[in-house]
Amino acid sequence: MQKERPLSPHLQVYKPQLTSMLSILHRGTGVFLALGTPVLVLWLLALAGGAEAYVNFQACFNNWFAQLLVFGWTYALFYHLCNGIRHLFWDVGRGFEIETLYTSGKAVMLISVLMTAVTWYFAVSRLGGAA
Amino acid sequence: MSLRSPLSKAVGLGSAKHGFSHWWWQRVSAIALIPLSIWFVFSVVCLVGGEYQTAVDWLSSPFNATLMLLFVLAALFHGQTGLQVVIEDYVHTKWVNLSILLLIKFASALLAILATISVFKVVLGG
Ligand code: HEM
Repeated sequence: MQKERPLSPHLQVYKPQLTSMLSILHRGTGVFLALGTPVLVLWLLALAGGAEAYVNFQACFNNWFAQLLVFGWTYALFYHLCNGIRHLFWDVGRGFEIETLYTSGKAVMLISVLMTAVTWYFAVSRLGGAA
Repeated sequence: MSLRSPLSKAVGLGSAKHGFSHWWWQRVSAIALIPLSIWFVFSVVCLVGGEYQTAVDWLSSPFNATLMLLFVLAALFHGQTGLQVVIEDYVHTKWVNLSILLLIKFASALLAILATISVFKVVLGG
């Protein structure tokens, strides 16, 4: 009888690699996105609650910390979206070659940063216009 | 001596449980979220810092309201099934695992209904 059953990898003994970092980031962003969904629902509640509720809701974002969280949420969404597509390719059995893994990983990093930058470029220029 | 049949004692104890359907709907919601998230970010950027009335007019359009509901509900569903996988990986004490799971499920249901009623209220011009 085999007593020593295989354990999941002990992360401490592995050298950090791009692939493993991106993988854990997928989980991290997934959890962070999920934690952000109540804020999204609060926004809808504020919209349903009338002009005053809406202004109060907007006022909560007038500080750098809240803005940083929203910025992080945007990046998390784009990262998770791009890497999620990578996951879906794996689910149908494609893209597992080492070289492809690295290329797609780098593409995900680049595209998610670009998408975040474009989004905030437009958001900030609109905010500037409104102020 | 027990009244439970041997089969009923064994069924459901495997690791799979309703694993496939969980996995499948996680992927279905992921695919739906690809266009929905892009639409959502685009829309929010257009509304950011804007007036209350602009946002209400925007959400009052049945088209936007439908996509908004699809986005929120898909995100809640996908997030909830995703969080379940995460806690199954890290929380091995059965009752703690079950408590967190129930908390996540109840919270998602609450958020889903709040979101639905809010969007309906705006669309119907409440
Ligand atoms: C607001 C939107 C979203 C939320 C709240 C969310 C949340 C989550 C969470 C909590 C997980 C579990 C992470 C894990 O098991 O490591 C997850 C996994 C996953 N997400 Fe998302 N997600 C969102 C959007 C998306 C989008 C747009 C895609 C597009 C492809 C996607 C694709 C995936 C995939 C494929 C997995 C499974 C990964 C695996 O097998 O480990 N998600 N998501």
